[in-house]
Amino acid sequence: MKLKKGIPVIDQGDRLGFWGGKFGGNFVPETLKKPIEDLEIQFNKLKNDKNFIKERDRYFKNWIGTPTRFIKLNNLTKYVDGAQIWSKVVSDANGGAHKIYNATVHCLMAKRSGKKVIIGDTGAGYAGKMLSMAAKKFGLKCKIFMGAKDIKRQQPNVKAMKENGADVIPVYSGSQTLVDAVSECMRYWVANCDTTAMCVGSTVGPAIFVRICGWSTSQISRELKVQLINEFGDVPKKLKLYNCVGGGSSSFGFWNEFMDYDKKQVEFIGVEAGGPTKSKRHAAPLTYGSKIGILHGAAQYVNQNRDGQIEETESISAGLDYPGISPLHCFLKDTKRARYTAASDEEALKAYQIVTKYENLRPSLEPSHAFSIAIKEAKRFSKDTIVIINSCGDAYKDRGILEKKLGKKYVKSN
Amino acid sequence: MLNPISIAFKKAKKEKRPALLTYTVAGDSSKKQSLNILKAISNYADILEVGIPHNTPVADGGQIQTSAYRAIKNGIKMNDIFKIVSEFKKSKNPKPVIFMGYYNMIFQYGENNFLNKCKKSGVNGLIVVDLPWPENKIFSKRCKKNSINFIQLLSPTTSNKRLKSITKDSHDMIYYISMLSTTGGKLKVSPKKILANYDKIKKISPKKNCVIGFGITEKNVSNFKNTDGLVVGSQICKEITRSLNNRQNPVINVSKMVSKLRNKIS
Repeated sequence: MKLKKGIPVIDQGDRLGFWGGKFGGNFVPETLKKPIEDLEIQFNKLKNDKNFIKERDRYFKNWIGTPTRFIKLNNLTKYVDGAQIWSKVVSDANGGAHKIYNATVHCLMAKRSGKKVIIGDTGAGYAGKMLSMAAKKFGLKCKIFMGAKDIKRQQPNVKAMKENGADVIPVYSGSQTLVDAVSECMRYWVANCDTTAMCVGSTVGPAIFVRICGWSTSQISRELKVQLINEFGDVPKKLKLYNCVGGGSSSFGFWNEFMDYDKKQVEFIGVEAGGPTKSKRHAAPLTYGSKIGILHGAAQYVNQNRDGQIEETESISAGLDYPGISPLHCFLKDTKRARYTAASDEEALKAYQIVTKYENLRPSLEPSHAFSIAIKEAKRFSKDTIVIINSCGDAYKDRGILEKKLGKKYVKSN
Repeated sequence: MLNPISIAFKKAKKEKRPALLTYTVAGDSSKKQSLNILKAISNYADILEVGIPHNTPVADGGQIQTSAYRAIKNGIKMNDIFKIVSEFKKSKNPKPVIFMGYYNMIFQYGENNFLNKCKKSGVNGLIVVDLPWPENKIFSKRCKKNSINFIQLLSPTTSNKRLKSITKDSHDMIYYISMLSTTGGKLKVSPKKILANYDKIKKISPKKNCVIGFGITEKNVSNFKNTDGLVVGSQICKEITRSLNNRQNPVINVSKMVSKLRNKIS
């Protein structure tokens, strides 16, 4: 299995949509073949259409607010006493997380194809919140599928979705988390694909959704590359990019522009959710060696039992609480371009405390996983190593959990 | 030699009625009960679809999901499902069995192992909901080699070009999904429109037995008397749930329902 240079990773799949011959694909009911094919044709055309790119960039700039900040975390650097610690503050984006890029692109496409309704899944609530914002912006009706357990633990985002006029549809089946929300959303699409557009909230699902999402979030690394050159004159000689990985949309977007660099120069580190220390359950299929299986239309490493039933996951972070992982990351793992590890619930919470103690930055529980590993590893790196953590979400949505786990003092008033 | 599925269609045709296909989930609500249900409805149905329960089904509506979750919760495993089929095949009046499920269950078992086991236990056909054409080309050939009917699905969104290619690659039986819906949805398209699509398929592929499924219930089944076959699934799963909730015997209730269905199309 080999990663090709000079070709975007999203375009390295084969005729049937498999990366490396075995990850991804289109394991979908016959009914979805046509809408998926339509979407493929539309996307393949639009991604090379200068006017569309212009339109996208205009919304990214004026509405989402690009570029997001790239900042040095001086106090954390001192605390770590090893590598320089920087952060790409993607949570600056309108809405507070990277999910806005994919949501915007999907709405732009839905609008062009004449669809009136857009549906989407959500775990942490960010994908749902952003889709509801974008749908409102572009005059589309919006339905968000969300696990009942996640609705309870991510109330601020649920409130935001409703304020944007979206229907939030609770999903009670299975574990009542993201995996069930995605299933339910796909089922709704099967029944309504003639009038309704679907946005999958991460780089998961049938191949076309993986590609659209990866293409959209790549905005992050496009900005970062420019910012690095402005700051250091060039892409640093020792650069390490840490990102949490649930479905894998923010990490893929954070790394994409640097794909062709040697990994000795630009290393990618994906941090999965290890779950509670005491629990056997986790949401880290790459770290803990899960087998390849099919979930939500794509072949990928996925937590499952011997029979092939998908296993329930456990993580403090709703956004990472997914038993599978993007086919793109399976591909990056097996081609050894990226390295994957996991942080536990407790480690993520501790990292949140450290970051908020030293810096004026409040990463949500998802990027706190990445901070945890970055802080740990950066201690043994040389001073000229540049460590960057993608702070891809803001902790506002996690207030309830943080208050419960750490006490009121960690939760600021906004 | 004709395979048992084709023989079943032939027999129904002789009686000038569509073949009746039922769908129940293996292990719903227990291994023993699901076997007893198969034995009981075998007296009225022509072909039995046996659902392999899966916990992330992307094409099943509420009724079948409920049945599947119930079966999984009661501990059903792939090997138990094979056992149910082989037990059923030893019973007094067995009918052809078609497995219906999601590809991951086959993939984890290993395609070859799975097909061997199907053959041994007496499974006659396979419907794999999330393995569409052309992705299923290799696997469907493998099925044919093992004398197992791989049943291609067609839907209202299937283009004419696709329709031609799919029917060309299909075996003796094809399955037309009546409308844009998950299983068990209310029939939101008129029977007339469904039959028009059915006729279109038959015109392209007159020799293949084409069944209609999704949304077929006691109420509307008599509209489709002039077809090769009809599948009733969600209504049966719903009846199992209702029986359990009312502490009644699902075996008796389901068998009554299937007998009624059979009368309505005879």
